[in-house]
Amino acid sequence: MKNNPQDKILDEVTQGEYKYGFYTDIDIDSIPKGLNEDVIRMISRKKMEPEFMLEFRLKAYRHWLTMKMPEWAHLRIPEIDYQDIIYYAAPRQNVKPESLDDIDPELKATFDKLGIPLDEQKRLTGVAVDAVMDSISVKTTFRETLAELGIIFCSFSEAVKEHPDLVSKYMGSVVPYSDNYFAALNSAVFSDGSFCFIPKGVKCPMELSTYFRINAANTGQFERTLIVAEEDSYVSYLEGCTAPMRDENQLHAATVEIVAMQNAEVKYSTVQNWYPGDKSGKGGIYNFVTKRGICKGDHSKISWTQVETGSAITWKYPSCILRGNNSVGEFYSVAVTNNFQQADTGTKMIHIGKNTRSTIVSKGISAGKSNNSYRGLVKVLKNAENARNFSQCDSLLLGDKCGAHTFPYLEIDNKSAVVEHEATTSKIGEDQIFYCNQRGISTEDAIGLIVNGYAREVINKLPMEFAVEAQKLLQISLEGSVG
Amino acid sequence: MEIDGKEILKSINLEVNKGEVHAIMGPNGSGKSTLATLLAGRDLANVVEGEITYMGKNLFEISPEERARNGIFLGFQYPIEIPGVSMVNFLKTALNEHRKYRGQDPLSASDFLKVMQEKKKLVEIDSQLTNRSVNEGFSGGEKKKNEIFQMAMLEPTLAILDETDSGLDIDALRIVANGVNKLKSSENATIVITHYQRLLDYIIPDYVHVLYDGRIVKSGGKELAIELEKKGYDWIKKEISYNGMILDKSLK
Repeated sequence: MKNNPQDKILDEVTQGEYKYGFYTDIDIDSIPKGLNEDVIRMISRKKMEPEFMLEFRLKAYRHWLTMKMPEWAHLRIPEIDYQDIIYYAAPRQNVKPESLDDIDPELKATFDKLGIPLDEQKRLTGVAVDAVMDSISVKTTFRETLAELGIIFCSFSEAVKEHPDLVSKYMGSVVPYSDNYFAALNSAVFSDGSFCFIPKGVKCPMELSTYFRINAANTGQFERTLIVAEEDSYVSYLEGCTAPMRDENQLHAATVEIVAMQNAEVKYSTVQNWYPGDKSGKGGIYNFVTKRGICKGDHSKISWTQVETGSAITWKYPSCILRGNNSVGEFYSVAVTNNFQQADTGTKMIHIGKNTRSTIVSKGISAGKSNNSYRGLVKVLKNAENARNFSQCDSLLLGDKCGAHTFPYLEIDNKSAVVEHEATTSKIGEDQIFYCNQRGISTEDAIGLIVNGYAREVINKLPMEFAVEAQKLLQISLEGSVG
Repeated sequence: MEIDGKEILKSINLEVNKGEVHAIMGPNGSGKSTLATLLAGRDLANVVEGEITYMGKNLFEISPEERARNGIFLGFQYPIEIPGVSMVNFLKTALNEHRKYRGQDPLSASDFLKVMQEKKKLVEIDSQLTNRSVNEGFSGGEKKKNEIFQMAMLEPTLAILDETDSGLDIDALRIVANGVNKLKSSENATIVITHYQRLLDYIIPDYVHVLYDGRIVKSGGKELAIELEKKGYDWIKKEISYNGMILDKSLK
């Protein structure tokens, strides 16, 4: 039994509560609350950044000041006081740790507890991790192993210093700082994140992953990730996140950019489990994220897979710009909302090149008093001959106080395009639950089974280790949703 | 028992012992399926009065899943589809819940697959079915065979088969009936609910009860089924109208 993931899931379900809600008491180096040009200069100085970064940040900040928070999403977002947020907080470390022994044991213990050991010996081979707490990267494992293949995998801050040419070439090329309100904010104050560069012809032999942890109170996390895959390369990248349970809301505004050159393939998987707030809707993370990839070269492919169970509010549309001919974009999503959670999530597929194809599979699961929206745009430009899109948006409702909404947008400017959209809404049937009961399976477990079955198409797209994690999460997030 | 203010089951008095096979027959709407789901634990809120004792336990006090773990199995008239959940996963979860309840360790994946192979052979179920999602896209016959297969896996003490013969062709009927017969032992009991005598050619009952208008109006041996088939349910209806409700009392 101990080795069987399904059984472990069932065991853990009985606990139910948010498991990652603990706080690590650690010496924190943080700056005062508030946002202005001095704060931005301070962040840049703390990170010992080259001049071009500071300029980028200031440009973004000045642009942000002219912008308004977007209001089109199907979300009720309480007013956010941007002066009441700490924009930089980092576990205090004397020097950049050379080896594992230089890392605060308390910090190591935190990541152990999260199931992300920083010790390479303890990791399953096959996954390299960049561990980020609050505003900085704590440790990136397997850096040396990967470097032998020419792969660069490091924290964004290090990349800025060690590979400024690459960073300045690609940063902002997919998501410009002026793209939207949160992207502008992120560009101004972003702290850390990961940088991956896969050189021409290299298939990355292990999964690269970043684990984001918010720890400090009153702090916002603004990470930035950049993945560049050169011609004929391949990489699979994973992202996981958690935060302590707190009564106040915390802001997380991230930007992710992916560039795929000719014949390159990038798989980006997310299991998002930020603290969702308590049963009465108090606390939780505001998760406002801009993720976008560009299939720059012919025959390139980018696929996004996300399992979203956390956050009080999620605003997130991982997108693909299909510029290369014959390029492929995919989006597979499971979004779960329970209690008072709100999610407005989906994707954008922009067909520019000829013979471009995109697939969208979105599975929304709403429970409690939550609201779950799919919002997706399929855009086919004038010269995108023979573009194909298939979209499937399913909603599953648990109970009668939650909402599921679908907002598909189609903008087709080429007659040869074939665009299909399918949508379903269903409820978990009492019949299904009784059938499981009659075979000896409790109602809570039956819901877990049924929901996992419903989401299987998406979960199957995740790398194995993540898939198991995602299954557990689905079940736990819906704990207590049926009375 | 009432549903929407309408009395469905009125007077049922039934005793089933280990090693016995009981057949419950009756026309449409007589309450057969209601009786089956009541035994399995559904619609309990609608019970006005009565008691069901199962191996010394008052069934009204235990949940459907606990009844199942105590050995009550319902073969559904209309088995339910659960998309995306594989039969293997479903049955493994169910079986291990039963084992946990009995204080046994869960079966390992390989042991489970071994048991599954055995039982598949026993009930002659196509090996493809277990790779598919629970009942999803199964034909009528496949669904019914799948019920018997689940019964074989869970080894119930009391199996209630609700119109397991409906929608089956002769070959499927034979397979299903053979399965039930093979699973029969001196330690378990079966209640077969059916419209037709046909199934009872294959599964020989020790007792036959006729359910009509929420009451058991006649009981007898297996010859009662044959008589029913010959004379039709109208014969019972007439007989009741002569004797009122005395018949079922005379059975005690």
